[in-house]
Amino acid sequence: MTEQPRLADRNAAVLLPEPFVKWFGEKGWSPRAHQIELLARAQAGQSVLLIAPTGAGKTLAGFMPSLTELASRPRRKPGQAHRGIHTLYISPLKALAVDIERNLGKPVEEIGLPVTIETRTGDTPAHKRQRQKLVPPDILLTTPEQLALLIAAPDARRFFEDLRYVIFDELHSLVTSKRGHLLALGLARLRGYVPGLQTIGLSATVAEPDELRRWLVGQNPPKNSESPAMAGLITVAGGAKPDISILDSQERVPWSGHSARYAIPEIYEAIKKHRTTLLFVNTRSQAELLFQELWRANEDALPIALHHGSLDVGQRRRVEKAMGENALRAIVATSTLDLGIDWGDVDLVVHVGAPKGASRLAQRIGRANHRMDEPSKAILIPANRFEVLECRAALDANYLGAQDTPPLIKGALDVLSQHVLGVACGAPFDADLLFEEVRGAAPYAALERETFDRVVDFVATGGYALKNYERYARIRRTVDGLWRVSHPRVAQQYRLNVGTIVEMPELNVRYVRQGRGMAGRGGPVLGKIEEYFAETLRPGDNFLFAGKVLRFEGIRENECVVSNGAGANIIVPSYAGGKFPLSTYLADQVRGMLADSSRWQALPEQVADWLRLQKEKSVLPKRGDLLVETFPRGNRHYMVAYPFEGRLAHQTLGMLLTRRLERAGARPLGFVATDYSLAVWALDDMAALFKAKKPSLGALFDEDMLGDDLEAWLNDSWMLKRTFRTCAVIAGLIEKRFPGQEKSGRQVTVSADLIYDVLRSHEPDHILLQATRTDASAGLLDVSRLAEMLSRVRGRIVHKHLEQISPLAIPVMLEIGKEPVNGGANETLLMEAADLVEEAMGRG
Amino acid sequence: MVGIAGERAVCDRRGVLYFPELRLLAVSDLHLEKGSSLARRGALIPPYDTGATLLRLQAVIADYQPAIVISLGDSFHDGGGAERMHQSFRERLEALMAGRDWFWVAGNHDPDAPADLPGETVRELAIGSLLFRHEPSAVRVEGEIAGHLHPCARIVQRGRSVRRRCFAADGGRMIMPAFGAYTGSLNVLDRAYAGLFRRETLMAYMLGAERIFAISHAMLRPG
Repeated sequence: MTEQPRLADRNAAVLLPEPFVKWFGEKGWSPRAHQIELLARAQAGQSVLLIAPTGAGKTLAGFMPSLTELASRPRRKPGQAHRGIHTLYISPLKALAVDIERNLGKPVEEIGLPVTIETRTGDTPAHKRQRQKLVPPDILLTTPEQLALLIAAPDARRFFEDLRYVIFDELHSLVTSKRGHLLALGLARLRGYVPGLQTIGLSATVAEPDELRRWLVGQNPPKNSESPAMAGLITVAGGAKPDISILDSQERVPWSGHSARYAIPEIYEAIKKHRTTLLFVNTRSQAELLFQELWRANEDALPIALHHGSLDVGQRRRVEKAMGENALRAIVATSTLDLGIDWGDVDLVVHVGAPKGASRLAQRIGRANHRMDEPSKAILIPANRFEVLECRAALDANYLGAQDTPPLIKGALDVLSQHVLGVACGAPFDADLLFEEVRGAAPYAALERETFDRVVDFVATGGYALKNYERYARIRRTVDGLWRVSHPRVAQQYRLNVGTIVEMPELNVRYVRQGRGMAGRGGPVLGKIEEYFAETLRPGDNFLFAGKVLRFEGIRENECVVSNGAGANIIVPSYAGGKFPLSTYLADQVRGMLADSSRWQALPEQVADWLRLQKEKSVLPKRGDLLVETFPRGNRHYMVAYPFEGRLAHQTLGMLLTRRLERAGARPLGFVATDYSLAVWALDDMAALFKAKKPSLGALFDEDMLGDDLEAWLNDSWMLKRTFRTCAVIAGLIEKRFPGQEKSGRQVTVSADLIYDVLRSHEPDHILLQATRTDASAGLLDVSRLAEMLSRVRGRIVHKHLEQISPLAIPVMLEIGKEPVNGGANETLLMEAADLVEEAMGRG
Repeated sequence: MVGIAGERAVCDRRGVLYFPELRLLAVSDLHLEKGSSLARRGALIPPYDTGATLLRLQAVIADYQPAIVISLGDSFHDGGGAERMHQSFRERLEALMAGRDWFWVAGNHDPDAPADLPGETVRELAIGSLLFRHEPSAVRVEGEIAGHLHPCARIVQRGRSVRRRCFAADGGRMIMPAFGAYTGSLNVLDRAYAGLFRRETLMAYMLGAERIFAISHAMLRPG
């Protein structure tokens, strides 16, 4: 249900105070329909979700209700108490808050409004925060973490008691993570202070606007009401249709890999032809590689810069500044530049690698020509042949306007634990009232009382069956029935650990002069690198980072010491984050394209040829089918399946299939997964097993693998340990790491692992383990995706036995050997090391 | 089997050292009640570490049936640990101690005798050519067996890194791995070990799931 703005129905002059009308007039503008519509709804007391493309004047629209109200508010008389915050603006990025301060300050000044606007972020100095508490600004621009901190302060109620509006910018990106859960709980708390509070959500187009509309308003009382409460919706139709093309390369498109190295000369030519080009990639390692390759081709020494999340903040700010000044011709970037920050005059977006989701593509392309009425121009560069299919599908989807933002997930319990402690730090709470308040937050609307009580118990004493910690309780219920913190130290600890972003242990990359080795000191920090990557390096190894080839010297305390490197065997660090699964929608589109040969005309000839060859030598599955091929090769037997559900889901599937094949006696040796397909290889002939129904292919892919097999595997999985660590930090069981603390990340990791082992064997049903399993299923393992797929293909599995490898199998087969060995192989590595010793000592 | 100053011992993959001729079992850094020790300061980590550690200790004692047990210091995470210990754990510990000579070597975390527990508390203990103490002495002592440093070792093989707790020994002296469920570890190449071992004969006996892996100094990686 979309409500189109109807300017004709509203009289803008009635709604807009005189100074605004005058200002618009002076500028030669008129207020846009959706701006007036939003103002009218807000003035009628409604909360509203505004969905609009970039460049539609979203921000000004969002602030219009606040500004008009503040304009007509009587001035504070001398001696009168200072008023609290009137409007709270929350954005996912610090930089965005700062940007808004500048963009909003201008009209406010020009209209001559008596309105104070200030930011409050992690960078705000202590004295300014202090002053903000005493003399609050009218409009406070901040982040979700800062809101959590404000709520946990003893004067929170007074600080927020005059609050009228909360504006959420980029709401679509805020709500899909645990950060969104914490924010939803914070909003519920604000509603507790000010029941009449109105919210305004600003969002890019999303698949399910109703989810966001519910998120914006209180969900109680949910009892018996058929339709849950929702904010109003205003949708602004998309701007000019973007001009997107897929690079039709003269070069051969590779079978596999992600570097798109083949297209470098063509990308470079495109950069030369445009003013400023933004190049998006999916991972930081791709960013490093692309940057390196572009500079190799950069004969004209064009100013080309690199921007990703692991780089030093100072360097990132310099790049952003240069961009704003239009001093750059090209910027290679990852998702750190995804959100709607407006910098410079970008006239071309190049997307290297498949975009993985139609929404993501739309968002990134929106960065070119940040004006609504001009078409954005973009080129997609598929890095391999399957990506050609994916790019084509994404492109079709974008024209269709289809959107596929990930669905919202149920509120996480570790986040709730953090919030409960935060609430107690602010003021004593009544459990019944807090439970009702929490259920008002959309992600927690279905929370059960029993679960909530377990969370409170966890916050108090750890919630263990062995009631050993009563005397160390962090919060206690006192005689008046209220829960309060037992010690001021608890509140201090809480403040240091607030937030839901838990970084994996990282090391600073410290540059020293060449030849100084580990003795070198005092060089600049180039950024951060994940510890586990640094651990695999040997002194003298060369690797790519911050656009430079670096020589690894060694690890000193929390620093990875490097000098100038050179040479051939350069390693590219991989990062655990930044791997997006193919969206469900796009996966379906790709399957559809495979099945329908009439659509191959839109593909480059070499790719269409590849598909025709596959049809001839094997088979192409129908849209809803799952193709499984088997063939011998060397002295092994291979099985390749093509679910197109993304690498995470395929990895989980690979793990589970291998377990089953092991039990069936097929003696599987390993598997490898890509975004599109999965290959398993074994010593025995799997096709023969399927034929003899030991097991049948249908039984092998039966959904019941998600029961015991998954459980058994999960318990030993390192992924679960990693997830547990995150949950334990968010829930406040173990502390976050801070620079300068002597405790190194490894010690935290080790103890989180040890805690996990002990807890798992003694209290497997503990609430934190429950939270961990839920997280892992949704995140790293993508179990839900796998479950959907298995149920979809039941009875629709097509088995094709071949004498040799099929054309479609080439990409995944090329991945074999690139992946590190899996699972219990750690012991094998130790054995090798020990054997080497015996060999050398002549005792073998 | 490893030799230390002429005595022969078994490095057990579970992290204990056993001298068959002496029927002596040594275990180091139990850090019992570490969980409750941290809980006192607000980190409510699961209170099951004492139970888990005792369970593992029970298993090795059942296997070897030693006449002598030496707990090589830091048996409790802090001085009040023995007192705080849950009654059921205390009973299990006392059952393990019954019928054996049990020595509590004083550690930096627990310099005094554990409250109300049997066994003899000593600063150090000499048996034959062996000397058992908690902290390794800075001056080299042949036959010294110590704990305190929680050694682990790391190798890199085929681009992958494996880190495990280990016994560190050079034929003359040994540092034992920490046994407690919540104990972290420190790489044997860290500067805290500087000067303790003869580099050329240093071996790390890394604890595997099924067996011990003897790794020579040259294969070890820092970090």
